[in-house]
Amino acid sequence: MRFWNDRKNRAIIYQLLSLIAVMALGLFFYSNTKANLEKQNIATGFHFFNRVAGFEISESLIEYNSEDSYLRALKVGVLNTLKVSIIGNILAVILGVFIGVCRLSKNWPLAKLAQGYIETIRNIPLLLQLFFWYALFTEILPGVRQALNPMPGVYLSNRGVMLPSLEYNPVFFYMGVSVIFTIILGYFLKRYAKKVQDQSGKQFPHVLYTVLVLLFLPLLIWLVGGMPLEFNLPKLQGFNFSGGVSISPEFISLLLGLVLYTSAFIAEIVRSGIQSVKKGQEEAAKALGLKSYLVLTLVILPQALRVIIPPLTSQLLNLTKNSSLAVAIAYPDFVNIANTTMNQTGQAIELISLIILVYLSFSLLTSLFMNWFNKKMALVER
Amino acid sequence: MKAKIRWAKDNLFKGYFNSALSIFLITFFAWAFYNFFNWLVIDSVLLGDADACRQASGACLAFIVDKTRFIFFGFYPETEIWRPIIAIFIFFIITFYSRLKSRWNRRLLYNWMYCGLVIWLLMRGGYFGLVKVETHNWGGLPLTLMLAVVGMIFSYPIGIFLALGRQSKLPLIKYLCVAYIELIRGVPLISMLFMSSVMMPLFLPEGYSPDKLMRAQVAIIMFISAYMAEVVRGGLQAIPRGQYEAADAMGLTYWQKMRLVILPQALKIVIPPTVNTAIGMFKDTSLVIIIALFDLMYTTKASMQDSNWLGFSVEAYLFVALIYFVFCNMISRMGRLFEKEFR
Repeated sequence: MRFWNDRKNRAIIYQLLSLIAVMALGLFFYSNTKANLEKQNIATGFHFFNRVAGFEISESLIEYNSEDSYLRALKVGVLNTLKVSIIGNILAVILGVFIGVCRLSKNWPLAKLAQGYIETIRNIPLLLQLFFWYALFTEILPGVRQALNPMPGVYLSNRGVMLPSLEYNPVFFYMGVSVIFTIILGYFLKRYAKKVQDQSGKQFPHVLYTVLVLLFLPLLIWLVGGMPLEFNLPKLQGFNFSGGVSISPEFISLLLGLVLYTSAFIAEIVRSGIQSVKKGQEEAAKALGLKSYLVLTLVILPQALRVIIPPLTSQLLNLTKNSSLAVAIAYPDFVNIANTTMNQTGQAIELISLIILVYLSFSLLTSLFMNWFNKKMALVER
Repeated sequence: MKAKIRWAKDNLFKGYFNSALSIFLITFFAWAFYNFFNWLVIDSVLLGDADACRQASGACLAFIVDKTRFIFFGFYPETEIWRPIIAIFIFFIITFYSRLKSRWNRRLLYNWMYCGLVIWLLMRGGYFGLVKVETHNWGGLPLTLMLAVVGMIFSYPIGIFLALGRQSKLPLIKYLCVAYIELIRGVPLISMLFMSSVMMPLFLPEGYSPDKLMRAQVAIIMFISAYMAEVVRGGLQAIPRGQYEAADAMGLTYWQKMRLVILPQALKIVIPPTVNTAIGMFKDTSLVIIIALFDLMYTTKASMQDSNWLGFSVEAYLFVALIYFVFCNMISRMGRLFEKEFR
């Protein structure tokens, strides 16, 4: 047999060739980059992290001013991206599930409305929707002095949305502790309920007890603590509002755009997931005498979720990645701040690698969480 | 008639809650439609200037009429506007002609190449007495279409190769492909576009870097290829093992097996997700506005900043949304047609 006709030899040669090609390409890029950077007098490396950033950031979860370092500015960006992605993902899932269920409704106008919503939203670029919402919030809404006041304490103006905030009181801290305590209690109650059912066949209503404790324990603490309830209402002072919580128009239009856009995709996923469960499954469960909520939670949902979760994961990741469109409407997310830093320092390679690294870790974290959830939800087959 | 009443009973008025909901929604539809119709048709200003628009309570269609040429063609010289129009027509005709599977042969491929060449020459000019128009003057719809169509034409085969590579038995090739696909899918398109505009000139020898439009096109191709690869992989995994084994048993080589047995079946299965990816890409071309290329979105934004016509952004956004909607719909219709053709 000739050398060339041996499959093993050919495999090695193919792989060697592709390795050489990739390495040659890398070397070519590397040498060019080095030459170009030397010509432009740009030093590589992350030394610029400690230099003063010198630009303001309009909103931030941590203390920041223009005297701080680039590293801190980038941290602000990461936190802002996380803020909009986490809130956005939660809202998008809720809205998406709701619309997906409406799409399957037996009520004809409701189903058509949901269908029209899905078709319209899915066929228009997200960027255009963001521009539209941003224009709505900054151009169409009146100025601060003529701010719309739909509810007491809520103001809508071209500076964003003003909401009343709760005055902090130590009692709230204990209420939060009690919620965490109840969740732990609920976990043990569930284990106890399973044990009781395994041993005696009797059902212990652990969900009911947990919900009751969850409702009444914080309420009790609140009552005992003297019912603190003081709102900090936004007030018009001069040219702007003071007090309360303000949500910037950038954040709210980005959030609105991302949530509406992603929810249309999630709705389609939910619809196909529910439709993938055969009608016989529901009928069989009913024939066994299960109550309707048990039919849903024990039979329909576990099967539908198996179909829903993998594409849902990629939609959640899409929302996180799409939040980078913030740069178009000047919301200071990570890509926006990295871009500003890039323009100021010229450290393109470091910053783009950083963007890739940050988004990859977001993707990995989301995937890990969703894989864990998927494993919990997946049917255990024989 | 009886059937209609029965339908209404089942779908609109089943129970008190359903009836109330139906009546509420239908009233809402009617109200919304009435207001929108008034705004768009009855109270709108079709001819006139910005002042006439500001006095009217309806839509300012005059703004759209005035800016249509700019939104569609950007900074392309006004006297040469017939060139992109003809180019778009050529593109539509060849696309429409290729809709039937029976016409897919080698000759059609050559025809596509000729058309591409003609469109390029027509748009670029510089020959046959045509004025030369540099790519940085291209804009609007031709640019958006070009980014999307060229992106699709290149990323489809690249995606197929990447998917094959990912399934390969050669470990090195497999991991190279996996690394590429996962890396690209993990980052947003914007970072790829920034990379194309900032990093790519650094990667290439000085003076050899292509213009910004070309670089953005490369970034889009690189980005979509990774998504295309995942779509194709879904198809490859859906083919039963027996097909692979039968092809091996016939003594086909790897490439024969893929070309004659596996890919024709796999690509057929994945037509719907392929169409979705194509629609996604068409929408994603709008992101090139961020690196300041004059696509449809940019020309729309730019016409809103005309100081004569300030304050009509809603009209402009709705207009461009309609354009995107129509094109996305056309792509999904074409997808359904292909599905029927290949069944």
